[in-house]
Amino acid sequence: MTALSTETTHVSRTAGVHFILKKAFLSACTALVLFSLMIGIRTEAGPDGPLTYWTRFGELASMVGLVFGGSIIVELIRQWIGPIGAEKLVPTSVKNGMSLLGRYLGPALLVFTLLVPVIFYNQRYILDLAILVLTYVMLGWGLNVVVGLAGLLDLGYVAFYAVGAYSYALLATNFGWSFWVCLPLAGVLAAMWGVMLGFPVLRLRGDYLAIVTLAFGEIIRLVILNWQELTGGPNGVSGIPRPSLFGIPLDNSDDGLAALLHIEYSATHRIVFLFYLILALALLTNWVTIRLRRLPIGRAWEALREDEVACRALGINTTTTKLTAFATGAMFGGFAGAFFATRQGFISPESFTFQESALVLAIVVLGGMGSQLGVALAALTMIGGFELFRSLEGYRMLVFGMAMVLIMIWRPRGIIGHRAPTVFLTKAQAISSDLVKEGHG
Amino acid sequence: MDYFAQQLINGLVLGSIYGLIAIGYTMVYGIVGMINFAHGDVFMIGGFIALITFLILISLGLTAIPVILLVVLLVSMAITALYGWTIERIAYRPLRHSFRLAPMLSAIGMSFVLTNYSQVSQGARVKPVPPIITGGYTLHEGAEGFAVQLSNMQIVVVITTIVLLAIFTWLVSRTRLGRDMRACEQDQTMASLLGVDVDRTISMTFVIGAALASVAGMMYLLYYGQVDFNMGFVAGIKAFTAAVLGGIGSLPGAVLGGLAIGLIETFWSAYFSVEYKDVAAFSILIIVLIFMPTGLLGRPEVEKV
Repeated sequence: MTALSTETTHVSRTAGVHFILKKAFLSACTALVLFSLMIGIRTEAGPDGPLTYWTRFGELASMVGLVFGGSIIVELIRQWIGPIGAEKLVPTSVKNGMSLLGRYLGPALLVFTLLVPVIFYNQRYILDLAILVLTYVMLGWGLNVVVGLAGLLDLGYVAFYAVGAYSYALLATNFGWSFWVCLPLAGVLAAMWGVMLGFPVLRLRGDYLAIVTLAFGEIIRLVILNWQELTGGPNGVSGIPRPSLFGIPLDNSDDGLAALLHIEYSATHRIVFLFYLILALALLTNWVTIRLRRLPIGRAWEALREDEVACRALGINTTTTKLTAFATGAMFGGFAGAFFATRQGFISPESFTFQESALVLAIVVLGGMGSQLGVALAALTMIGGFELFRSLEGYRMLVFGMAMVLIMIWRPRGIIGHRAPTVFLTKAQAISSDLVKEGHG
Repeated sequence: MDYFAQQLINGLVLGSIYGLIAIGYTMVYGIVGMINFAHGDVFMIGGFIALITFLILISLGLTAIPVILLVVLLVSMAITALYGWTIERIAYRPLRHSFRLAPMLSAIGMSFVLTNYSQVSQGARVKPVPPIITGGYTLHEGAEGFAVQLSNMQIVVVITTIVLLAIFTWLVSRTRLGRDMRACEQDQTMASLLGVDVDRTISMTFVIGAALASVAGMMYLLYYGQVDFNMGFVAGIKAFTAAVLGGIGSLPGAVLGGLAIGLIETFWSAYFSVEYKDVAAFSILIIVLIFMPTGLLGRPEVEKV
């Protein structure tokens, strides 16, 4: 198979212009048929009911032309780079530079993040965006425990986010409990749901697991949507209390923080507070994950990811390993959900669709499953990119989907990712019978 | 009793549509071992193409219903099949030897691409069509004025499903292509050594799956009288549930599973609550995977180390 494929690429390399043009022409023909009805003709319900249609041959022609041109470019790039999957030789100097960069990028990014509210104090938009990015960083890190470390593909992560958000929203609006009481509760409740999901799916693996988690996420969303008495259904929960700084409200009142510190009140105080709150929560997630990785349970997760059968053969309890992974990931999702609820002040089932799950999963996968820094950078890129294309609402998800496909083809392990196990033998050790005989074992 | 009989008919018709989609899932899973997450959206694309073809034919002044139906069927099967082929070519073929989760993620990306492609190109609003096949029979006149109805539309859906299923069962069990498919299902490397063109066979699997999904899309359009860009997701998951319930990899199993899901959904809506019908379908997926992972007609999967 491999020999065959290299041979064909060799042929295609020498074939030159003729081959490229022929291929582009075929692609354009395919595109013409594919787009003929979907783009060439536009349907819309007319003013008096029945559907009308009109033709859009201009758009059709430009799309086909685009495919023709794109196909030539792709083919040229392919010839320039060489076949996909070939090992690329990177010079040692570049490699060293990259590793140096990798070592200092994390701390530098952290310092910059800490300074964001100081630098952009007057730019409310950037602060809001930064909070959003950090929320997704936290979700990404939480899901990373399940997907990146334990290797369990979870397509329903948003369910735990929803459980956390609704736990806080309902406890706070119904019983008036404070954010700091509800935050751990939201985490615990989400973790319990994680275990509830984890139990039945223990025996499933790979694709089946993904579909079941997806179904689970949808069930949670549908129940929230339809259980009107408890959750308010599609209207959601509004009037969720804002967080306080350990009991001191961040508002304009006489016992608010501004009055206590004798400074002038500003709405930005609350935003800055929220920023540091989510930063602290995200860093907590990161710290716990890094610490857990060094504990036996973290090692077990990574072993499970690499090979489940070998894992079981070595006496690792896969049941508890999977359940703890689900519970830990779900707990962080719950924290993030509680934060989301308190930040928005209003939640509805619309915020917890499958798209959110896919977005968080894409962040984890594109960041390189298991790499903490990669996930953070991927969240920054994706959410930042989403903001850039905010005006192109419909095209945004189109580009997102295309990016997901392209990155899977180009770098299936993620852009930054490496998922080398954290423990490995540094030196090859000979183990043979004569060593054993002398008692060196 | 009349109410029950009516729901039975409705459920069987809905189940036929699910069954047609489920065949695409089950064939792809059998051969490539991946869940073609974009398959539900291929079904949606099929519905749209049927709708557009239908509009064009009507505006051309064609009135003979059987001719219209046949042309719409053929056009939407052909174009949607090309969609299936292209999707496999772009998104799945380069990943065939990649790591386990890569095709799944690529398929999710492809699903987003298709959903938003049709939203951007055809608009987000629901597209209604007037009923094309009208009329029907009253099977039984109930005592309280409730009559059991069997519409011509329902007959067309069920008969189309049966005919297509017969054709494709023949294709898989009797032709060269079917033999190649079954060979690839068992062992791709060995099949390629014995002269089976694996790439071509896998492409053909996607083509057939997409063609059947487009028929399902057309039936959906005729039966419910509308399509929208978002209908692929839920229908896709339900059809996948059907494929799993029937035993993944088995063609009759997919149809059987489809019928079962259609019946369960219809009866659940009729006797319990309409709001929770999707919850019921998804719960069945979870329950089946936990207690009966091989499904009704599937073979147990042997794990090789």
